[in-house]
Amino acid sequence: MIWLTWRQSRVQTLVVAGALAILAVILAITGPQLVHLYDTTVATCHAHHDCQIAINAFTSRDGALQNITSFLIQVVPGLLGVFWGTPLIARELEARTHRLAWTQTVTRGRWLAVKLGLTALASMAAAGLLTLMVTWWSSPFDRIMNSPLDPGVFSERGIAPIGYAAFAFALGVTAGLLIRRTVPAMAVTVAVFAGVQAAFGLWLRAHLIAPIRAVSPLIMGQMTGVGITTPGNHLSVSVTPNLPGAWIYSSQVTTATGSTNLGTAPQACFHNLPHLCNGAISRLHLLQIVTYQPASRYWAFQWYETAIYVALALALAGFCFSWARRSVS
Amino acid sequence: MIEFHLDARSGVAPYLQLIHQVRQALRLGLLRQGDQLPTVKDVVGRLAINPNTVLKAYKRLEYEGLVAARPGIGTFVTSSLTDGSLGALGPLRRDLQRWLGKARRTGLDDESIEALFLNTFRSGSEEVEDIA
Amino acid sequence: MTSAVLRAQGLGKRYRRRWALSECTLDIPAGRVVGLVGPNGAGKTTLLHLATGLLQPTRGTIEVLGGRPAAGPAQLARVGFVAQDTPTYAGMTVDDHLRLGARLNPGWDAAMARDRIERLGLDPRQRAGKLSGGERAQLALTLAIAKKPELLILDEPLASLDPLARREFLQGLMEATVDQGLSVVLSSHLVADLERVCDYLIVLVASRVQVAGEVEQLLATHHLLTGPRRDLATLPAGQQVISASHTDRQTTLTVRVGTPILDPAWTVSPVGLEDLVLAYMSRTTKADRKPLLEVQR
Repeated sequence: MIWLTWRQSRVQTLVVAGALAILAVILAITGPQLVHLYDTTVATCHAHHDCQIAINAFTSRDGALQNITSFLIQVVPGLLGVFWGTPLIARELEARTHRLAWTQTVTRGRWLAVKLGLTALASMAAAGLLTLMVTWWSSPFDRIMNSPLDPGVFSERGIAPIGYAAFAFALGVTAGLLIRRTVPAMAVTVAVFAGVQAAFGLWLRAHLIAPIRAVSPLIMGQMTGVGITTPGNHLSVSVTPNLPGAWIYSSQVTTATGSTNLGTAPQACFHNLPHLCNGAISRLHLLQIVTYQPASRYWAFQWYETAIYVALALALAGFCFSWARRSVS
Repeated sequence: MIEFHLDARSGVAPYLQLIHQVRQALRLGLLRQGDQLPTVKDVVGRLAINPNTVLKAYKRLEYEGLVAARPGIGTFVTSSLTDGSLGALGPLRRDLQRWLGKARRTGLDDESIEALFLNTFRSGSEEVEDIA
Repeated sequence: MTSAVLRAQGLGKRYRRRWALSECTLDIPAGRVVGLVGPNGAGKTTLLHLATGLLQPTRGTIEVLGGRPAAGPAQLARVGFVAQDTPTYAGMTVDDHLRLGARLNPGWDAAMARDRIERLGLDPRQRAGKLSGGERAQLALTLAIAKKPELLILDEPLASLDPLARREFLQGLMEATVDQGLSVVLSSHLVADLERVCDYLIVLVASRVQVAGEVEQLLATHHLLTGPRRDLATLPAGQQVISASHTDRQTTLTVRVGTPILDPAWTVSPVGLEDLVLAYMSRTTKADRKPLLEVQR
């Protein structure tokens, strides 16, 4: 059964392995160059007082490759699910070769267990290798950006893509089983997978761990903008908290009683007199409330998210196994 | 070793056809005492018929005392049906061929020849009995 | 060998609203070559898929070689199956298929499989998708035989084969029957295919078993009666009319009887197997299509 699984997925496995190998070579060549460049320009930029220029120059290096790796990591786990998962059962049913496969001396349960198990492991391994390569190569860039918990980056690093691949794969197999036609099943798998990814990125992840809500008096040094609303002439203050690497949900300025309505702007601020305006604001005893996740929670989030995706994958696999005990044809 | 053939349209049961062909072969001296009949596997592999058909035919022949089965080896002829007149067969065959040639030259088709022969054969056997 | 190769009791299978097979009761003895005949859509494939465990019954029970179909590896090893259109993996070579057989079947006879492929002249490196219909059928048959089953089930294996390929397939099948003491269940919608090889017959029409029994018995108990035109109600009790046709002067009946027919008005002639099957297949009314009471042994 192991031999049969290998023989049936020989081509697709070799193609993916080949692609990974080529990417590995490219990244292995360009990676050390990036590290060297980082060490010589950005790491020492404070001494040279040219951080902004150094950073800009650095982040635009290998721009095409950055885009490619980012694209691959976003897309590959889902693609593995679609192209390796959906045909697993659907192609046997479509080509009607199940009438050959399920009348050998192997029960349907064992047939599914080996095929599903081995191919799932292969897709998780492929996703894992890809993530490892890209994380390693992108580490200089990651040191510069704001937060590893940033939604755009979080799903492309660490172990989360392995969970995505497992889930997309199980989803593909289930869709193939229920729909019995490879192409429609692929469409459904892509749609559902994209939906779940979006739900996580936009909403679910933020609720996995309760964020820290820090209330402190307004720190004048962190104020980034003072404004007057129209209409109403209300004061508006924006602030950027000093939380390196944190994933900030919101940062608000409120009155001492907690209201976001800061009241009418002080006279000093109407006339564009920064010192007087700042002084007036400080006398208002405003508070800044920051809701955020510290960078130290990065791995907690990775493990939680991976665990949920893997649990979903296992639930789907369980469904497929209960089907294997009943009838098809 | 003889080779069987089957006429699917003759209306005669296959096992009877096999029996008939063995008897025929015995009469014509194509099968002699001690000869082996084709194995069930060989017959079935050539004719694509049910093995039970062949077994039935061989059993019947064994019951009639014409053959005997030796388990693990095969089925062998134990007696013959000739009555010593084998020698006369050659000339008789030649006479028959001559007669057939004559019949065809007068323009008779196969069906007419067969009808003529069978008619004469049947009424002839009655006459022979009268004469004998 | 068990005494019955297949036993079904009130077996039925429903898809959504349609009953593909209903009230099927069979008791097929071992050591036979069984022909399953019926028109397309009669339920032959459904019955065979129930016997191999590819389908589960909606109603009733089925027992193959004394066990539940596909109940476990032991049961799966005893039954070989060649499905309709002889499915093979188009991208895999003949050799790959033999390896599939070897890896998935502990009872695999590799020498016999190799030998058979060689004798048939199949190129082991040829992809199954490039084989002709006859060659694919022979490959599928090899896969089913080489696992050394006790029962071989074939679903319309001859349908898409030319006459030579058909003859070769049957030759190979019959040889294997002798070699391994196989029981065979073979379905077809053509009787002529089955006449040579079958000694037990099941006729399936409109998802019901019309008649089942040893071919010899069936031929002995069915007769064709021709005579002057007659009302069917005037026939004696022991005769069951399978099919009847009338002209203004003449009545022709196919009947099934247990006792000899004594009425001198009838001319009695034997019924060939094909005509027997056709008689059962041509029964058109619902009342006629109800299954017969006894199953011939």
